[in-house]
Amino acid sequence: MVPLSYYLTLGAVLFGIGIVGVLIRKNIIIILLSIELMLNATNINFVAFSHYLQDVTGQVFVFFVMTVAAAEVAIGLAIIIALYRNRSTINVEDISLMKW
Amino acid sequence: MSSIVLIPILPFLAFLITGLFGRWIGHRAHWVAVPAVGLSWLLSIAAFLDVAGGAPIQVTLYHWIGSGSLNVNLSLYVDQLTAVMLLLVTTVSALVHLYTVGYMHGDKGYARFFAYIALFTFSMLMLVMADNFLQLYVFWEAVGLCSYLLIAHWYERKAACDAATKAFVVNRVGDFGFGLGILLAFVTFGSLDYQTAFSAAPDHVGRTINLLAWAGGEWSVDVITLIVLLLFVGAVGKSAQLPLHTWLPDAMEGPTPISALIHAATMVTAGVFLVARLNPLFNLSPVAMDVVAWTGAATAIFAATIALTQNDIKRIVAYSTVSQLGYMMMACGLGAYTAGIFHLLTHGAFKALLFLGCGSVIHALSGEQDLRRMGGLKSAMPITYWTFLAGAIALAGIPPFAGFFSKDEILWEAFSAGGAGVLFWAIGLGTAFLTAFYIFRLVFSVFHGRSRVSKEAAHHLHESPAVITVPLVVLAILSLTAGWVGIPAEGLNAIDPFLAPVLAAPEAAGHAADHAMEYLLMAVSVLVAAGGIGLAYVFYVRSPALPARVAASAAGLYRLSFNKWYVDELYDAIVIRPTVALAHALWRGVDVFIIDGAVNGVGRVTQAWGTVLRVMQSGQLQHYALFMALGAVLMVGLYLLG
Repeated sequence: MVPLSYYLTLGAVLFGIGIVGVLIRKNIIIILLSIELMLNATNINFVAFSHYLQDVTGQVFVFFVMTVAAAEVAIGLAIIIALYRNRSTINVEDISLMKW
Repeated sequence: MSSIVLIPILPFLAFLITGLFGRWIGHRAHWVAVPAVGLSWLLSIAAFLDVAGGAPIQVTLYHWIGSGSLNVNLSLYVDQLTAVMLLLVTTVSALVHLYTVGYMHGDKGYARFFAYIALFTFSMLMLVMADNFLQLYVFWEAVGLCSYLLIAHWYERKAACDAATKAFVVNRVGDFGFGLGILLAFVTFGSLDYQTAFSAAPDHVGRTINLLAWAGGEWSVDVITLIVLLLFVGAVGKSAQLPLHTWLPDAMEGPTPISALIHAATMVTAGVFLVARLNPLFNLSPVAMDVVAWTGAATAIFAATIALTQNDIKRIVAYSTVSQLGYMMMACGLGAYTAGIFHLLTHGAFKALLFLGCGSVIHALSGEQDLRRMGGLKSAMPITYWTFLAGAIALAGIPPFAGFFSKDEILWEAFSAGGAGVLFWAIGLGTAFLTAFYIFRLVFSVFHGRSRVSKEAAHHLHESPAVITVPLVVLAILSLTAGWVGIPAEGLNAIDPFLAPVLAAPEAAGHAADHAMEYLLMAVSVLVAAGGIGLAYVFYVRSPALPARVAASAAGLYRLSFNKWYVDELYDAIVIRPTVALAHALWRGVDVFIIDGAVNGVGRVTQAWGTVLRVMQSGQLQHYALFMALGAVLMVGLYLLG
């Protein structure tokens, strides 16, 4: 029997990797993948707690998250393609129009 | 409705027409203004005859203010005093209107000028016809406004604008006291009506008012004295008495017809008129009467000493006006209201004449006003010369000219008043000597001797046209004859009994009619006047080098007189400079430093914060994400720690 803390540690490490990826990588596709990584880190937590508490609600949530993540990737990739067509770059440092 | 309503209305209509349509009327403005004022003059004569034959006329135009116990009517009240004032105002005004046609010919403000003098005439008529304090006050201010507008007629000249402002501001000091006096009169008497106030006043004799009640102190003042003195402050300002006389000589920057109408014959006499009008109140306060008399006497001699050394001909006549107004005030302060009003009337005639004569000279010399650049004009301007001479003789007080009778009545009243009366008589006599001297200094310097006129001016030298000389001649005749209504002999004196119903002396214990003494004093004053004229003759005709030597030997006194006793400098030092310094301090300290500083400070602080905070707004998505992550860590951390 693997104790709960192992799962939680794995989830935290994955989430940390994801967050660092989002913060430091410049390629927008990598950032998108890092976000997926963070979502899956939470999924691991959901499943772990679901098993630990003997409650299926967590697993139901995981399906929701996967669905949303799939939709998000679809939209995200579409935006990235549109962005690339317009600006010929997917480097986030070049996309700084939020500053006046 | 009686025809007296038309007396003020006609000039007002003339004002509306020339004022509103002046642009189109232009140089034809006198066709409106002159007939209007002329008609008003005829109606004044009719009103005078009406009043002479019966009771005072009162016409209430409408109920102006009704609020609680405050009831004010706009009404016209004509009694004997008002009737003579109406005659004076409309006569001088009509002649000045006529004179203006010639004097202001070609001026680009021609219609505007007529509009303002018509407005002035209207206001002055309403002032003298008022039957309550408020109406008096409103038109008191209105004539002040007209004076301001007309002094600044040539508004391109800085001196004219400065003089107008000075006249207005100095009058404000007096009018402030006047306003307070009216308020206190209303509080005390419960009405602004003259008659109600007069009949209520005796009940308040001896009542005191604590002026320091608001501060918990104790300073009781006789209430009637206070009212009367406050009202007198207004009269001091308007009639250019010490210490508020400084505006009148400067007002000579205005066109000469204005000097004659407003600053000699009518508006400046409003103060004297006020004292005479309110004589039932003044009579109740011996203290106030003393103040009035001493103010008048001091002004009379003070202004006369200044007039001795001035070089601007209009300023000499202006200081003479101040001096003569002092005479009238002195008479009123002695209770000799009739003498004061009598002198007001004769003075109105001969002083208007002197001013208009000065104007004629200035006109002929293309604007020259300095008597050092005149001389020998007698042959070139005979009509101006002879009429001016008549005015000068009248002012000096040589019989049978008008000034003699009125001035002598004042001197006689002073002499026979008892107490300090002899002192007043002596001051009056001294002033009469100075008056005779300075006015004949003017006559001799301008019309006699060698011509000192500059070449360009001499080239244009000419007698003035008829519109200018006719008013001069009319006024000269009046200067000769106006005094004859007051010949000091039984049965011949018409003005004293005429004014007697309105102007009662404070105590009816009339002085013993010692005619022998009166005639002796008369002879003395004529001799003194003749002495003044003789001295002027020696100084300015016989040996023209003498004045300079005398001036050099009494250099200190000469400078004192020439610089007008440094009153302007004194006011500059104690009033104007501190005010300007205070204003400067408020501007720099409060306005710029505190108020602007606060506004700019708010802006600067906002900007500084912006500069700091904008660093975080890099536009880089990842930076925002970092902040978000840090924020989340922080919150979770706090949650875990807390």
